[in-house]
Amino acid sequence: MFPAFFVCTKSEVQRVLALEKRFIDKLKTYLIFAGPTTLAFLTVIILPFLFGIYLTFTNWDGIAKAYDFVGFSNYVTVFRDDAFWRSFLLTVKYVAYTVVIVNTLGFILAYILTGDQVPGQNLLRTGFFVPNLIGGIILGLVWRFIFSNILVFIGRQLNISFLSYSWLTNPDKVLWTLVIVSVWQYSGYMMIIFIAGLVNIPKDLIEAARIDGANGFQRLRMLILPLMVPSFIVTVFLTIQRGFMVYDVNLALTQGGPFKTSELISMHVYEKAFLAQQYGVGQSQAFFLFLLVAAISVTQVYFSKKLEVEA
Amino acid sequence: MKALKRIGSILKTVCLYALLAVYLSPFAFVAVNAFKSRREILSNPFGLPQVWSLSNFINAFNRMGFVSAFVNSLIITVFSVIVIAVFSAMTAYLFVRTNWLFNKVMFFAMVAAMLIPFQAIMIPLVQIYGGLNLLNSRWILVYMYLGFGTSFAVFLYHGFIKSIPLELEEAALIDGCSRLQVFFKIVFPLLKSTTITLIILNVLWIWNDFLLPSLVLISPANRTLPLTTFYFHGTYTSDYGLLMAALALTILPVIIFYAFLQKHIIKGVMEGAIKA
Repeated sequence: MFPAFFVCTKSEVQRVLALEKRFIDKLKTYLIFAGPTTLAFLTVIILPFLFGIYLTFTNWDGIAKAYDFVGFSNYVTVFRDDAFWRSFLLTVKYVAYTVVIVNTLGFILAYILTGDQVPGQNLLRTGFFVPNLIGGIILGLVWRFIFSNILVFIGRQLNISFLSYSWLTNPDKVLWTLVIVSVWQYSGYMMIIFIAGLVNIPKDLIEAARIDGANGFQRLRMLILPLMVPSFIVTVFLTIQRGFMVYDVNLALTQGGPFKTSELISMHVYEKAFLAQQYGVGQSQAFFLFLLVAAISVTQVYFSKKLEVEA
Repeated sequence: MKALKRIGSILKTVCLYALLAVYLSPFAFVAVNAFKSRREILSNPFGLPQVWSLSNFINAFNRMGFVSAFVNSLIITVFSVIVIAVFSAMTAYLFVRTNWLFNKVMFFAMVAAMLIPFQAIMIPLVQIYGGLNLLNSRWILVYMYLGFGTSFAVFLYHGFIKSIPLELEEAALIDGCSRLQVFFKIVFPLLKSTTITLIILNVLWIWNDFLLPSLVLISPANRTLPLTTFYFHGTYTSDYGLLMAALALTILPVIIFYAFLQKHIIKGVMEGAIKA
């Protein structure tokens, strides 16, 4: 096919690389290289996603062979469902608190740990990251013990009234247990992302600001924070996404209780579909959630891109 | 002024280490209480155990079926991670090196699908695979992880392969290598750092995942470590010593893994976030 005297020009090589001329050859190459991923992607993501949209227009209970089309009535049910909205608002509250606290704490830690030498900097970075290595289920179980035994013990020994009863059984405080665990879980992760951003800020820029007489706070506010916008885009995006989707910690720590006062939206969808067997309604909720989170994420990234500045 | 600065920096260091101690204290409480009996824990969860007895660990290890759960987790994680890395790298390579319309459509679909949360898919997923009687198998779970993990992996590799100069491959192609040989002999080794990043992120995700395996793996014999620990907790709700031992056993392998690979893990997370 390629004679020995074949002289290779750029265009010839392009031709070699695109050896496949006929459709059948292209197909073969495609299947060899991208067959497994395409099949898995289509059957695990796309097919269920489309079937899911279809499900929202039916009243299937998951078992019966026959079911009817019900038009938009599932969506109407969702919008009129008080329990859904209660759970939804609770989730919004939880996400708002978590996003603010996780990012603030993560940034402060990163800022301190990239500044003047602190002894054992690496040890500190490594240590703060540890909770991320462990799954939400395990973390939730660990904290269940902390909240119901350790903190209650401290509260009773030292007569601290707000600690002497488990927060897990207090409808007014239970949401905060979820926030605390999530902050603990994610701030180390966000810290790492912030550190990656901070070490990339050119040193001479900060030096120039210092010479121009900007004090530490001014350097932070006028120089470093604006340059850190790309990192914040990533961390806020991740915290919003994870916040709306949280399930493991919710299940292991509070199980939605007491009296559903900590049932976040993921758990609500799960119960609707798999326990109450209302697949159509459950999937409508899930789909609504998807649209909302996608919209929030895209808007967030779009608007924060506008804040970006060039170094 | 200098003395003031020094005091400030010492204060800062002390605060940081105090915060770190608070951060790690939950694990310390688990570790210490895992050695104690239920009565000891209830009377004082802070005290050290009267005797350092391993009986909680032994009981938890046996009753939760630690070995089987660990092996399940290991099999599922190892196979999923390898399959995702190899197949996604191949896919990304094809997508970068050819400009067929279909490839562009697929790449776009994969990137867009990264916005779909698992919860939006789980109900129909269980319906479809349950209807075909395909649930309750570890291999189906591996297949699903390929589906869920490939978008991000292709995206990650795509960005890196674009920066590899064509010349290397041209030479090999002219020497008579097939496309597949070129990929495995030349391209894949060049992707090593991306592959390490991807493997670390995927191990952390798959090893710790709960919701998907809880829907797919029905029979107790197939359960992974997080599932087993969770159900074990449901069975022995108030036997605190035993529960703490079970948690310690589940956490320990991860900490050991981290101790050996912490530099790579931190770097992997940094790079994963920057590229994403």
